[in-house]
Amino acid sequence: MNLTDLGIAAARAGLERRDFSARELALAHIEAIEALNPRLNAFITVTPEQALAAAEEADAARSRGQSAPLFGIPLAIKDIFCTQGVRTTAGSRILGPFVPPYESTVTQNLLRDGAIFLGKTNLDEFAMGSSTTSSAYGSTENPWKRRQNPEARLVPGGSSGGSAAAVAARLAMGATGTDTGGSIRQPASFCGITGIKPTYGRCSRWGVVAFASSLDHPGPFGRSVEDCAILLRSMAGHDPCDSTSVDRPVPDYEAACRRSIKGLRIGVPREYRVSGMASEIEEMWRAGEAWLRGQGAEVVEISLPHTKYGLPTYYIIAPAEASSNLARYDGIRYGLRVDGGDLADLYERTRGEGFGAEVKRRILMGTYVLSAGYYDAYYLKAQKVRALIFKDFSDAFQNVDAILAPTAPSAAFAEGEKTEDPVMMYLNDIFTVPADLAGVPAMSVPAGLDADGLPLGLQVIGPPFGEEVVFTVGAALERAAGFTALPALRAGEEVR
Amino acid sequence: MPLDPATVRRIARLARLRLEEKELERLEGELGTILAWVEQLNEVDVSEVAPMTGAVAMALKMREDVVSDGGDAEIVLGNAPERTADFYAVPKVVE
Repeated sequence: MNLTDLGIAAARAGLERRDFSARELALAHIEAIEALNPRLNAFITVTPEQALAAAEEADAARSRGQSAPLFGIPLAIKDIFCTQGVRTTAGSRILGPFVPPYESTVTQNLLRDGAIFLGKTNLDEFAMGSSTTSSAYGSTENPWKRRQNPEARLVPGGSSGGSAAAVAARLAMGATGTDTGGSIRQPASFCGITGIKPTYGRCSRWGVVAFASSLDHPGPFGRSVEDCAILLRSMAGHDPCDSTSVDRPVPDYEAACRRSIKGLRIGVPREYRVSGMASEIEEMWRAGEAWLRGQGAEVVEISLPHTKYGLPTYYIIAPAEASSNLARYDGIRYGLRVDGGDLADLYERTRGEGFGAEVKRRILMGTYVLSAGYYDAYYLKAQKVRALIFKDFSDAFQNVDAILAPTAPSAAFAEGEKTEDPVMMYLNDIFTVPADLAGVPAMSVPAGLDADGLPLGLQVIGPPFGEEVVFTVGAALERAAGFTALPALRAGEEVR
Repeated sequence: MPLDPATVRRIARLARLRLEEKELERLEGELGTILAWVEQLNEVDVSEVAPMTGAVAMALKMREDVVSDGGDAEIVLGNAPERTADFYAVPKVVE
């Protein structure tokens, strides 16, 4: 077995038994990145020297008897988390030259627990997208291939597509992501891996390049539910640097993975049965219900009546917050500067050249809905509908412990598809956006393959701070699904 | 319906975004499409609903009002595209 095929739990045990060293583990992943990243473009920046030095340090510390939950585990970091001394671009030209002088809280927590960072992964510019094609550093290729047409270059989903592709192709054991409208769960579904967006406030946003502050949720990717549990436990926790960070103890999520679902009530929202959904997704969803019933859960139909308003609400609130957050990129203190005749000209040229098409579209949309005369009609209205979407979930969780739904309305699509009309691309997030608006935890677990052999994910949504029940139900789905399919492009396989 | 060119120019100016002519044309159509699509929110009765401003209801924490960081101009200016002594440098604003 290749070291790159190990899960985090197994690698941790192997390191403890000294079956292999952290250096060997890091080197196996660095070699995998060297072999496959030129094709996949999952990483924007690779830091092999730092990774090897950190791994050697971990080995030396272990021989002195020290230990930590992620001692020597090689991870990939979405290039939206500030990493001290390592360039952080957010996938944008405007942050091209930016080297953060500080470390984000989430990555600091991972380093505290002994993790090794392999590099920074690709993403849609400022995390705005569902395909990782809007990055200024080129698109990322999904390591999965269609059976019928293996030449088609498929997207890994987005915005955290680099992280998802890296974990799926075994270039990293796990990765960080951020989910604002589905940017962890949708790429996890497209790449056949697991990802969780915890409750808003569970993971600090400090040092995470801001997109939409009331919607940005950092979270982990792994190749199993248990690996996500291990990573989230390290990433989560109160942070005085983020005023929306929640001060609550972090439970043992690994223990939650081992609990029984017997007696749990699982809701299936009827509004998620949208017309035109692929029959395979419908069937997989039904199979998921049966798997949970088979392990002793009760499955009931529920209603989330405002589901269809989730996307339009999101596409007012997220651009509004983005237009405000991205006002900081003015070319003065850091990042790209394009000189102009006067200061206003410098701002306009810097931002005009520094931002890509999708980011400009959202800044303009946000500026419009916040501008005088339109604020009440759009922004205030959307905030009120958001309250109704939150109430849908609160009402549902009076009667059920968790909700089961598909993660995305399709499997991975090819680059160039769905790019004509921005609204078509936005529809990718139809099943993921509501949990971001409500701030509730949600996870995607690989559950099956479509007719083309591409992975499909099922989503488990829990009540606020109900990550434990999400892990319990997610692990039950994982056990029953027995998902063992592998992507065509992965470490240890020849690049075709 | 496309957004009219004057409106797109006005919001681009508000957002301090320089747009090329062909970008402006494309954005008139795209923004019009998105705005028409979000119109469906008008079906929802929100007359009795308070706006939701954050995902988790919480009271802001208080902390001591003390200096806990700072005093390192070199680190702060490390990413500056242009500097003069310990200041950020910009084009002349006042003649």
